[in-house]
Amino acid sequence: MKPGTLSKALKSGAIWGFIVLELIFFSIAGEYLSLSDKAFMDWENMLLLLKQSAPIGIIAMGMTIVMINGNIDLSVGATYAIAAIVLLESMTWPIFAGLGDMVIPVAWLLALLVGTCLGALNGLIVWKTGVDAFIVTLGSMLGFRGIVFMFNGENPTSHLNWTLVDFAEAEFLSLATASWFLLAVTLVIWFVMAKTVHGRNAYAIGDNREAAVNAGIRVGPHMMVNFAIIGFLAALSAVVFYSESGSVNPNDGQLYELWVITAVVLGGTKITGGAGSVIGTFGGVIAIQLLRKGLGHIGADTSTVNLVIGLILIVVLILDRQLNVKGKEELKV
Amino acid sequence: MTDPVLHLDDIVKTFPGVRALDGVSFSVMPGEVHALMGENGAGKSTLMKVLGGIYQPDGGSIHVGKEQVTMSGPLEAKAKGIVFIHQELSLAEELSVAENIYLGELPRKSFGRVDWRKLSDQTNTILQKLNVGFDATTRVGDLSIANQQMVEIARALTVDAKAVIFDEPTASLTDAEKVVLFDVISDLQKEGVGIIYISHRMEEIFKITDRISILRDGQYQGTVNTAETNEEAVTQMMIGRKLDLSRNETHHELGDVALEVRGLSCGKLYQDISFEVRRGEVVGFYGLVGAGRTEIAETLFGLRDPSAGQILLDGEEVRITSPNDAIARGISLVPEDRKGQGLVLGMNCRDNMTLPQVQDLTSGPFVAEGAEVAIFDQYRDRLDIRTPGWKQLVGNLSGGNQQKIVIGKWLSMHPNVLIVDEPTRGIDVGSKSEIHKLLRELAAQGYAVMVISSEMPEVLHVADRIVAMYSGRIMRTFTSDEVTEDSLIQAISGLGGHEAA
Repeated sequence: MKPGTLSKALKSGAIWGFIVLELIFFSIAGEYLSLSDKAFMDWENMLLLLKQSAPIGIIAMGMTIVMINGNIDLSVGATYAIAAIVLLESMTWPIFAGLGDMVIPVAWLLALLVGTCLGALNGLIVWKTGVDAFIVTLGSMLGFRGIVFMFNGENPTSHLNWTLVDFAEAEFLSLATASWFLLAVTLVIWFVMAKTVHGRNAYAIGDNREAAVNAGIRVGPHMMVNFAIIGFLAALSAVVFYSESGSVNPNDGQLYELWVITAVVLGGTKITGGAGSVIGTFGGVIAIQLLRKGLGHIGADTSTVNLVIGLILIVVLILDRQLNVKGKEELKV
Repeated sequence: MTDPVLHLDDIVKTFPGVRALDGVSFSVMPGEVHALMGENGAGKSTLMKVLGGIYQPDGGSIHVGKEQVTMSGPLEAKAKGIVFIHQELSLAEELSVAENIYLGELPRKSFGRVDWRKLSDQTNTILQKLNVGFDATTRVGDLSIANQQMVEIARALTVDAKAVIFDEPTASLTDAEKVVLFDVISDLQKEGVGIIYISHRMEEIFKITDRISILRDGQYQGTVNTAETNEEAVTQMMIGRKLDLSRNETHHELGDVALEVRGLSCGKLYQDISFEVRRGEVVGFYGLVGAGRTEIAETLFGLRDPSAGQILLDGEEVRITSPNDAIARGISLVPEDRKGQGLVLGMNCRDNMTLPQVQDLTSGPFVAEGAEVAIFDQYRDRLDIRTPGWKQLVGNLSGGNQQKIVIGKWLSMHPNVLIVDEPTRGIDVGSKSEIHKLLRELAAQGYAVMVISSEMPEVLHVADRIVAMYSGRIMRTFTSDEVTEDSLIQAISGLGGHEAA
């Protein structure tokens, strides 16, 4: 076996090993600690888990592209809230009154369009100003959230359309609509990153931007497309979730960016860009959701969940660093 | 006479405050290897960036064949048959060899999919021609530096090139790989491709090129036929005067051994290194990039842990675990990358100079500004640093003065052993000799000085003894009296250096 093969195998398989570990732990701990009689590894429970992963998971797929590309997007949570408001509010607009249920696709399209534009706006600023994506999207995170509050103050925006709720609550092959969306998005983004020229260029830019420029890849427009994709996915996530719930609080989606980034990093994407995989991210999303659900199952409260996930993230990053050290002759920092 | 494949006419490029290229014209004939030479900063890279469309020229024109062109970017240059082989490895390490070779123009199928089969077929054909021991799917990060350079070279063979520009292609190649490279070049030549070959290595230039064009300070100095000239004449055109290959004649009174290294090894980086440096002595370390010289310095400075061997300071064995430790024991390292590792460019001269000892310069809870200024004044006078005052930002100083600040910074820590890594990289000729003089003077004052350099005139000029390294090993140690250019070059190329030191 070549040196490095082991650590590589460890790294790519780690997230799935972690998931198995979680399942075992919560199943056993649940026997003693859980207040309910239901087993943790119940089929229904797992299907529910997949559905609950969808909002974070759909955005995480976009974040994977953006992070492999060497950028980051902190504004996804705010974009999510804006898209939700557009979705619910536009259905009540008088100009669409005559459409009946045909207002649904129109509202969906509007929400997705708004999300895509907001993402593209981020990308455009990053491209044209050369300012770090972290700063740009930190600004737009605050700005977009401001827009959400300007719209309806502290009040929730609500509109229930029962046809829409029926669609969102429908199940096909025992998977919920949201789960189907998550799986479809994962498949599409995996295809883009692994099979298409656009995806491979994303890796190249994140890995060695100068080399990409030298090779004639148009880095700016490329990054803008990726920001548009993540904006679209943030909106899609909102569309899927709020079709069912029908009411959006101005605080909704807050901290989503951090959950998403945590999932992507747990899934093995390098923070500096150039490496990562969509399948790994999918694992990261499931692992986080398992942890939240599992800790809830054994009676821990939300603050404990956050503490545990924070600790795990740090441990993962330390392990990753250890596995990446090239041996003893490495330069000390 | 046939038409040139590539012709540059009166190219001008200015940056704020600098005329980087000033009326440069030259042309490349089909089947010709045309060397482009000049010192660092002479404008070679700028010219290549203009040619590649990364910079737009402020004046002049570029002709490919008979057609005048405006390059909008590297892809267009490539489409017009101009291919660049970059000096700095321009590779994405996480991607495969094939993806790197075809970076920017991966073959497509429907829906923007990558045509993997076509990609690997084409790549393997090229790799076969290059006779290398890896295939299209190898991850580039897993290859050695030399093999990565071969990947870079493979890019030249992906298109129907009219002109190929090699920018220092041999910097990290071994001799066997050089032979392959030269074969590739002569194959291209036979196909009527024009080749621009940028290199500092005279022996290569005289071996493979037909004509030589020379730049100095952004100005075109002329083109000569390689067969009708010699190294001396070319050097003279490059630096505007005769190259000073004079040996260091003076020797100071040597003191005790300040630093001794016995059988030092660090994994694959270098093995079995033994040498000693006396007080009052300058020892030059000469070798190619990657020979392990910088890594030795980093080990002595506590940045790397050696895997075997001993380090003795003043005859006493020590273990240096960190830079702090090294400084406390009187070792100072002036690093290779002045701007990245040696200076905080946005800070003023005084603060840069006192940076390592600012913890000790306190009066009560505050920094003792007076003491800092005093230290700065002392070394400004001693090293003749030309700056309007200590408030000047270091980023605004010239390269030579920046380097003096770094040296001053470490001298103010009162070292016994001073290690300087590439002290004159990117510094103009005048300041170079000043730095050289300074290093000699420091030795005369009783410091033990180690100079790591890739420039032969520099080591010949400043060193009392020269340690020649090749691929992590010391090949030979010369005294300044016995060294000749030929023997030195042989030693660092791994040839004929097996005689006892």
